[in-house]
Amino acid sequence: MKRTLYGLVLAAALGVNAHAADITLLNVSYDPTRELHAALSKAFSSQYKSPEGKTVEIKSSHGGSGKQARSVIDGLAADVVTLALAYDIDAIADRGLLASDWQKRLPENSAPYTSTIVFLVRKGNPKGIKDWGDLARSGVKIITPNPKTSGGARWNYLAAWGYALKQPGGTPDKAKAFVKAIYANVPVLDTGARGSTVTFVERNVGDVLVTWENEAFLSIKEFGQDKFDIVVPSVSILAEPPVAVVDKVVDRKGTRAVATAYLNFIYSKQGQEISAENFYRPRDPEIVKKYETQFPKVNLFTIDEVFGGWRNAQKTHFADGGVFDTIYQN
Amino acid sequence: MSFNPVIQSQETVDLLATSFAPALVMHRSRRDGRADPLWLQWTLTGVALFFLTIFIVIPLVNVFAQALAKGVAAYVAAISHPDALAAIWLTVVAAVVAVVLNVVFGTITAWAITKYEFRGKSLLISLVDLPFSVSPVISGLVFILLFGAQGYFGPWLQDNDIKIVFAVPGIILATVFVTFPFVARELIPLMREQGIQDEEAALSLGASGLRTFFRVTLPNVKWALLYGVLLTNARAMGEFGAVSVVSGHIRGETNTMPLHIEILYNEYQFMAAFAVASLLAFLALVTLVAKVVLEKRIARTTR
Repeated sequence: MKRTLYGLVLAAALGVNAHAADITLLNVSYDPTRELHAALSKAFSSQYKSPEGKTVEIKSSHGGSGKQARSVIDGLAADVVTLALAYDIDAIADRGLLASDWQKRLPENSAPYTSTIVFLVRKGNPKGIKDWGDLARSGVKIITPNPKTSGGARWNYLAAWGYALKQPGGTPDKAKAFVKAIYANVPVLDTGARGSTVTFVERNVGDVLVTWENEAFLSIKEFGQDKFDIVVPSVSILAEPPVAVVDKVVDRKGTRAVATAYLNFIYSKQGQEISAENFYRPRDPEIVKKYETQFPKVNLFTIDEVFGGWRNAQKTHFADGGVFDTIYQN
Repeated sequence: MSFNPVIQSQETVDLLATSFAPALVMHRSRRDGRADPLWLQWTLTGVALFFLTIFIVIPLVNVFAQALAKGVAAYVAAISHPDALAAIWLTVVAAVVAVVLNVVFGTITAWAITKYEFRGKSLLISLVDLPFSVSPVISGLVFILLFGAQGYFGPWLQDNDIKIVFAVPGIILATVFVTFPFVARELIPLMREQGIQDEEAALSLGASGLRTFFRVTLPNVKWALLYGVLLTNARAMGEFGAVSVVSGHIRGETNTMPLHIEILYNEYQFMAAFAVASLLAFLALVTLVAKVVLEKRIARTTR
């Protein structure tokens, strides 16, 4: 066995060398995009050659979106960030790592794919969950991650808030009481969306997982049709996970061209198709049409129209002492 | 598979020895007919065995069973995946560096504490234990606060293109930090017990300081030192918290085995996760055997 171990170490040394490409990019991403960006970067690096004929390898790091942004601020050298929401990239821009108008540099608010928030329930929907209203009932256990560290969790929270506002006679006070009732039903807050999914599907905790549509589809793909059902609420939020090149890093490493090429690749027909295959809603009209039947029709509102953009939403709801703190601590 | 960071110092070993003494007395008294009734002995032994089976044996066996669930070929494929190999390699590098540094500095520290008298000695002894008393997460954060881009040395490091956190040096630093006490904690009680007479004799016979160390001190403490190395190595390979904070989780680059296991598990690759976990579990078993052997040796040398 000792010899096997030496063999492994040797193979490791060789293996690492054999896989080294000419250029290495680091993509710092959020939790549920593991499979998506693995597929995207594989397709990209198999066809990309820089003008000097160099090959590229894209390494990735995944975790709760807020936590990942914090790591980039602390020095994790990301050439590109592909996070769950614009505010997390704003936070990086605030530290001067990229231009503050980053969101205007790429089409569609720099979000090459979109998603929304849906519910994953146990097969046959034993608790009869049909819409957001059912989440506030007592006796329903809800799994959702921590909005302080997870991007998906913030979309979840805002989707619930938006639903309450849109009800007849909806006011901010009623919305707050409604969201508070939902969080009273949450037994555990994981740091990232994938952590919550694991809690729900593997540890069998909870009656309903509030999550990204792509994450819900993936769970069904991984664990089979006979385990879970997806419930689409009457209204939900249009989630736009943005992408950006981190100026400071690419300028230091000299990787701007290839980093930009990678992000543009996500907008290409092939990149859009890969996104759709991984259950992210594509932007390209042609690919949208091709995958029309895969994605249920949902009545979607945007963060700009209900919350006045991410900076406002972040400040009001998720900053220290914001609404979420008063809801979850009391 | 993480290791219990309980300090198995000579003191605790001695403590264990004395706590076994009543058992011996009881053993003797059984012949006097004053022993516990047989049914009680059987029940207690049975409960202990049952507990051990449920909480230790079954999970451990399960690790290997899950790892081999899809056959040997899949197992080999899982542990020879480039990302897995990179994780194994990084873990080995971090453990080796931690062992070497801690042997050198742990021995020096133990020497200073046991052979010299100086002011602030008790403070030094407490400092040695510090890594045990702070949470591993804090141990990791300390390095982010020092060497991160927003930290004290961050801007300077970045200007000079030196990477510490979110790179291999950070992983090694965190590992060395959390494992520092093991060697020193093993050596201090033993060296204190042995006193300085041997060294004084060597020096008075004309041996140089270094020669005294290598010919007198080191042979006296070698088993305790090896034991410290063993514990350092086990903890270094199993460390999760501190390393997780400074890693940045870059696949194939800054993931150690425990971090890689977590990633695989979160990606629904259970078999692969357990395959890598089985390597750590195997290491645990090897450590366990080596520990028993060393404990016997130490007991013999101290007697």
